[in-house]
Amino acid sequence: MEELVYKQLNETVYQETLDNGLKVFLLSKPEMAKTFGIFTTNYGSIDQTFTPIGKDESVTVPEGIAHFLEHKLFEKEDRDVFQDFTRLGASANAFTSFTKTAYLFTATSQIDKNVKTLLDFVQDPYFSEESVEKEKGIIAQEIRMYDDQPDWRSFFGTIQSLYHNHPVKVDIAGTVDSIQDITKDDLYTCYETFYHPSNMVLFVAGNIEPESMMNLIRENQASKEFPAAPEINRAYPEEPKTAYKKEHSISMPVTTAKAMVGVKENVEGLTGEELVRGELLSGMILDYYFSRSGVYYEELYKNDLIDDSFQFETELDRQFGFTILGGDSRKPDQMAARIKEMLHELKEQRISDEDFTRMKRKKIGQFMRAMNSLEFIANQFTHYHTLGTDLFEVLPVIESLTADDAEEYLQHWINEDAITVFQIKPQDK
Amino acid sequence: MKLTKETLLEKEGYRLHILPSKKYKTITIVAKFKAPLKREGITERALLPHVLQKATHNHPNVRSLQSAFENLYGTALSSDGSKKGENHVISFRMEVVNEAYLNDQEPILEEAFQLFNEVLYHPKTQGEGFDASIVNREKQTLEQKITSIKDDKMSYANLRLMDHMCKEEPYSLHVHGYQEDLSTITPESLYSYYQEMISKDMLDVYVIGDMDENAIEKLTDQYFSRKGSDNVDDDQASVSKDVTEVNEVIEREEVSQGKLHLGYRTYTKFGDDDYYALQIFNGLFGGFPSSKLFMNVREKHSLAYYAASRFESHKGLLLVFSGVDPKDFKQAKSIILDQMEAMKTGDFTEDQVEETKEQVINQLQETMDNANGLIEVLYHQMLSGAEMPANELIENIRKVSKQDVVQMAEKIELDTIYFLTSNEGGE
Repeated sequence: MEELVYKQLNETVYQETLDNGLKVFLLSKPEMAKTFGIFTTNYGSIDQTFTPIGKDESVTVPEGIAHFLEHKLFEKEDRDVFQDFTRLGASANAFTSFTKTAYLFTATSQIDKNVKTLLDFVQDPYFSEESVEKEKGIIAQEIRMYDDQPDWRSFFGTIQSLYHNHPVKVDIAGTVDSIQDITKDDLYTCYETFYHPSNMVLFVAGNIEPESMMNLIRENQASKEFPAAPEINRAYPEEPKTAYKKEHSISMPVTTAKAMVGVKENVEGLTGEELVRGELLSGMILDYYFSRSGVYYEELYKNDLIDDSFQFETELDRQFGFTILGGDSRKPDQMAARIKEMLHELKEQRISDEDFTRMKRKKIGQFMRAMNSLEFIANQFTHYHTLGTDLFEVLPVIESLTADDAEEYLQHWINEDAITVFQIKPQDK
Repeated sequence: MKLTKETLLEKEGYRLHILPSKKYKTITIVAKFKAPLKREGITERALLPHVLQKATHNHPNVRSLQSAFENLYGTALSSDGSKKGENHVISFRMEVVNEAYLNDQEPILEEAFQLFNEVLYHPKTQGEGFDASIVNREKQTLEQKITSIKDDKMSYANLRLMDHMCKEEPYSLHVHGYQEDLSTITPESLYSYYQEMISKDMLDVYVIGDMDENAIEKLTDQYFSRKGSDNVDDDQASVSKDVTEVNEVIEREEVSQGKLHLGYRTYTKFGDDDYYALQIFNGLFGGFPSSKLFMNVREKHSLAYYAASRFESHKGLLLVFSGVDPKDFKQAKSIILDQMEAMKTGDFTEDQVEETKEQVINQLQETMDNANGLIEVLYHQMLSGAEMPANELIENIRKVSKQDVVQMAEKIELDTIYFLTSNEGGE
């Protein structure tokens, strides 16, 4: 077990790679009542085409299968795993993203048993035709729920307008039609390929004693047999650097129109550190111009082109990246056109050293606030780890950034061909 | 005895709660303004926090004010309005990084208190009112917020359920205010409402984090004192209605999923002896994935992705909510009603009661790990006069028997069934 000490944060992380390849991280916070455990596989909705373990040819599985698998891991032949956690006074949950599937619990007692339950249920799948069929109705209602949410539709619509072929454009839960094709055999194929311990990370944070917790995890894993760690071959289609559509709109029963400006980010060949640096820089630049203290925000808000719902984000990950700005607007065409112009103007701009220092301080503060949350720490640490970087080293990275770095970033950032505008228009009654 | 280590001091025009804790890398300061819930002034209460956060005397525009917050390591200030029974509470929340974690030792805490003070007590004014352009712009924003509640179908269905169920009670008032009031609000009228609120509302200030208590007291004395205010609690007692018949309401909108919401009366509030039994009741009925609603509506019949219940502590309501296909309305409704009947007949085991207690306790302890969560629990306790330490609270939860839960179930009355469905969906 290795100790990673982070002095400024006053935190210590314990890490170990087990014999079967599982990466374990522990963070002890004895002042907290609760413990949060999260068991993550580096497998998400974009991993649709791959060579199954032990096979030669690649397959493409139905859309929405990673998420479907997440639902079905909770069901065993004789019981529902939620009940196991219930009996242990814990609450359990799971989520699927573009690149990850994670299983988690929070508890304030019986932590050892809860950690074992988490490991055991994820590592002991039971899929049957009958239970697969039953789940289709539940997931169909989950998809319908999202169908009625304008915020989700505008987020996803923007991504769909940015990407030509890449599976990031496929809704994480799939569609009501696509999930009908999922079979129990498909689930086993995905499970066996992506749930090998060497493709997974366990993070336990909270009221724990690291030494004994690591022992428990080591013993639990040593008692199970796994095949040799497979090399996972994932395939992704060729994807142009340009946006798929310049503009697109749908209509929905909304009271106010929505407009989103999307920028397709080029992440080809970037290391994890570069992805993190890019996310930080674009976040700080967007903050400077488009948060409430920004000149662009002020102009857009005063002219009633945006309101309180205005948001922006940059997400860079393995395989894909995007920046999205937008929200409700009474003048969506004008809003989108003006934001596009603003993005182009950025090339000519320079942030002063003083202002850049202010944005750095804001970033540092945001990070410190987030550090109050065990969930944030465990989730993000895992995410950074799968990108090959360290969450707790992000402070020195922020400290090292300069206004010159921002200027350099702005030179290459915005490209007309990589921009899309997506709108939701109110439906006529 | 208190829930946690808390220093409570009656100060000039406010009550100060200091909560030392080593759990956080930040210091959280929350100011709560409480007044009776009334139709008159409700829109002003919704509008005010937005106006106050836009500009102050020293920072006359949004950019200047926000830049000041950013310079203090991105200190965040937010506000929200909520109902506590028939009362309305505006909370202003500020979170500042603890100076101990910063490389350069700057006194940002004091500067943050100073900014908080400016936002609350020294807004930007123009003649006898607020800045007119700010008020006008914020009225537009609020109007948009009021109309767009409809776009979030779950919140909208909940709002409609309350409109129907609590028609005659202040509780049904909308915390976002009403569109028709906006045209009558002027910068001057809003300012005079502000003066009333800022001097007469009951004010509680909470400070939580790893800090020197004396220094905090000095800061709050300097920045939160209200000269001439005696800080009285003008509490409006909760109304609880006897149900004579069950009301069923079906409304239609362009939706792909129907929202089935049921409203019950529990006749039990925070601070009542059987409040603990209500917590366990809710856990068994619809509070957790192990509960009857989840297991039956979702797992057994695959009718929904979510089916759950929660209760309103200060009002004595129990609310069930689920998203189902429009065609499944009758089946889902009858399954939900059956689950309530099963609760009343005691169709659950002693083991399930024990497991639910552990879950409720787990939830309580998790809430108390969170700064804002802990403040909410303490504030509830104070308002209801039911202050007790955490171990006593937990003991009371552990004492609940199966019989207590059945008695609670028998007390609960169905009031209104509300279904928001598609234009084509049958009943």
